[in-house]
Amino acid sequence: MTTKERMAIEPQAMPEQDPKVRARNMNEVALGYTPEMAMREASRCMQCPTKPCMQGCPVAIDIPGFLAKAAAGDFEGALAVIRKTSLLPAVCGRVCPQEKQCQKFCTMGKLLKDVDKAVAIGRVERFVADLAREKGASREAEASKASGAPRHRVAIIGSGPASITCAADCARAGHDVTVFEAFHKAGGVLVYGIPEFRLPKAIVQSEIDALKSLGVKFEMNYVVGRTRKIGDFIEKDGFDAVFIGTGAGLPKFMDIEGENLVGVFSANEYLTRANLMKAYDEGGHDTPFWHGKRVAVLGGGNVAMDASRMALRLGAEKVYLIYRRSEAEMPARREEILHAKEEGVEFLVLQNAKRVLGDDQGRVSALECLKYELGEPDASGRRSPVAIPGSEFTLDVDTVVVAVGNTSNPLIPATTAGLEVNRRGNITVDPETNMTSIPGVFAGGDIVLGAATVILAMGEGRRAAAGINAYIAKKGA
Amino acid sequence: MNRITEKRQLSDNVFTMKIEAPLIARERRAGQFIILMVDQETGERIPLTIADADPDEGTIRIIFQTVGATTMKLSHLEVGDSLAAVLGPLGRPTDIRGENGEKPGHVVCVGGGIGVAPMHPIAQALKAAGNRVTIIMGARNKSLFVMEDEMRKIAGDDLILMTDDGSSGRKGLVTEPLKELCEAGGVDEVITIGPPIMMKFCALATKPYGVKTVASLNTIMIDGTGMCGGCRVSVGGKTKFVCVDGPEFDAHQVDWDLMMKRMGAFKPQETVARDHACNLFKGIQTR
Repeated sequence: MTTKERMAIEPQAMPEQDPKVRARNMNEVALGYTPEMAMREASRCMQCPTKPCMQGCPVAIDIPGFLAKAAAGDFEGALAVIRKTSLLPAVCGRVCPQEKQCQKFCTMGKLLKDVDKAVAIGRVERFVADLAREKGASREAEASKASGAPRHRVAIIGSGPASITCAADCARAGHDVTVFEAFHKAGGVLVYGIPEFRLPKAIVQSEIDALKSLGVKFEMNYVVGRTRKIGDFIEKDGFDAVFIGTGAGLPKFMDIEGENLVGVFSANEYLTRANLMKAYDEGGHDTPFWHGKRVAVLGGGNVAMDASRMALRLGAEKVYLIYRRSEAEMPARREEILHAKEEGVEFLVLQNAKRVLGDDQGRVSALECLKYELGEPDASGRRSPVAIPGSEFTLDVDTVVVAVGNTSNPLIPATTAGLEVNRRGNITVDPETNMTSIPGVFAGGDIVLGAATVILAMGEGRRAAAGINAYIAKKGA
Repeated sequence: MNRITEKRQLSDNVFTMKIEAPLIARERRAGQFIILMVDQETGERIPLTIADADPDEGTIRIIFQTVGATTMKLSHLEVGDSLAAVLGPLGRPTDIRGENGEKPGHVVCVGGGIGVAPMHPIAQALKAAGNRVTIIMGARNKSLFVMEDEMRKIAGDDLILMTDDGSSGRKGLVTEPLKELCEAGGVDEVITIGPPIMMKFCALATKPYGVKTVASLNTIMIDGTGMCGGCRVSVGGKTKFVCVDGPEFDAHQVDWDLMMKRMGAFKPQETVARDHACNLFKGIQTR
């Protein structure tokens, strides 16, 4: 096929539930490609010899390689290429900000002068992963390579993306791996944070099941730092190495007046009630949910999009998304922004909450906001928002969800002597091995990076596993 | 996992259970708590205090009152049944006077209702650290006292019982003997655990005397590790998380009124869920 012919292929739109319908149900919004659509989309890839898309991928998936196979209808072959470097294609195909990663560098997108017309790499990735899962293709249940040899024990703390990846790679190296999770379900942010309508929980469960088939053990309801300390794992329990993948689990608040009123939630709490605890199912689940009719969500990231769309699904009549910069600066995935708008979330950009007002019962009655304008670029390179004096106005709301990010949870650093953290509380690691200041203790994901993405966490988990495997090999020798 | 090895009903709606939780039994310190779930798939996560623990036997003791759907369901479990989840020990342990360089002194422990249960390990530890421990227990009536014998063992003659109806000990509120003790002088510290309104008035009672007063809070939580922030309270104008910064705070600094309002956030839904659970056990089909 010539470049011209490839350019002429219409980019394959993703079939989706109708916005009006889906805004009231929990089912996944994007319905996925058909095999024909996947092949057609994959055939738009020009197979650039320089593979520019790969530099945009945090785990350097051989993107043209897998697209070539998908274009030829060899979907299993395509998945095998992805799996060489990525463990969670069904997840990453759905939640990666592709327009800022692989697709940003896609030559096709550049030729058509629109990043939205780049090859839809994530959608094809998702298709091949879903197809294999639906077929029940048994994941290579590789037996331990070191069977018979004395096995080394690895403790993995947390069960989110970084931990899942690290656990898989350590198990594949033949180690005896145990995952410790504080919640009663495994998956970390994939189960408590990201909603069903964006990432079906059955997909996460199949990843956890795959780990179990690799021989990974799970200890649930186990909060490391309290139930047992990291020092005990190494000194008393016979673990050879420990991986800390506990994420950025401490919600930031705005530090404004009225923020502790009844009806103000962190996005973590709001989403955990709905996702993990299934609080919306009032007939069958015991956890109560807050039924806001007029909801203000503060923030512009994926979590803010998730919370605002969840509010609609739980019966809100009006949902405002309030962000102090402009839409161009929003850190959320492009697709989530579009989906939120289609579903009816009202975006109030260049505005920010100033204080929450309450009634005599201490319940939220309104939100006072301020208008902003963009000033000089700040340290992050984004133009910093500047409040316009006297621009106060009031929104009539009964619920406020704060989705302005997370900082690192101090529980493990506070209970682990000698574990070094930076001034933001993130654990500091050797950039090549992800080993912390304590020999044999590794860390990765948001607890190291600060709040980041699933794929970056996965990359960290993978690097840490390589570090752990090398450390154990050296120690064993 | 987490099998119930003992169960007793202490009064109309108060129960005590021993639960197998060997790691928690070994690690827990006075002042810490757990989060439990009755059902893995449909259950709610609720914080409960630890009344006692036996590390050799690998069990912890809880004392709970049936106030919502989960405690109602819990009360219907029997010896041999298992809980879906028990997480802990959570929160910072109590700073026991006399353990960290401070001189032991006279500590007054004020427990209201089943707030006496979490007070038990704290009072034990205070006594062991060489403090004089006075315990004030309050309840609506005599039948609602829990762990009276255990507390008497610790405080001896310094145990003061208060009931609303005078059916045991003195008739009146716990704040009365608390004020008298502060007035008499020599009280180094007060620790209070019980209904928020009682803790609030204990704080008001001791404030004029400038006696250090600590309250142990039990707010709404989901994860118990600092992730959700649902438990947050305002202490001295700053937002604190009960699960990781607490559960104990300077009682004079806590914004009690706001905390009580937050604890009532889900009252309508909780009432529906409790009645539903209640009817379920009575065999009445409601939905």
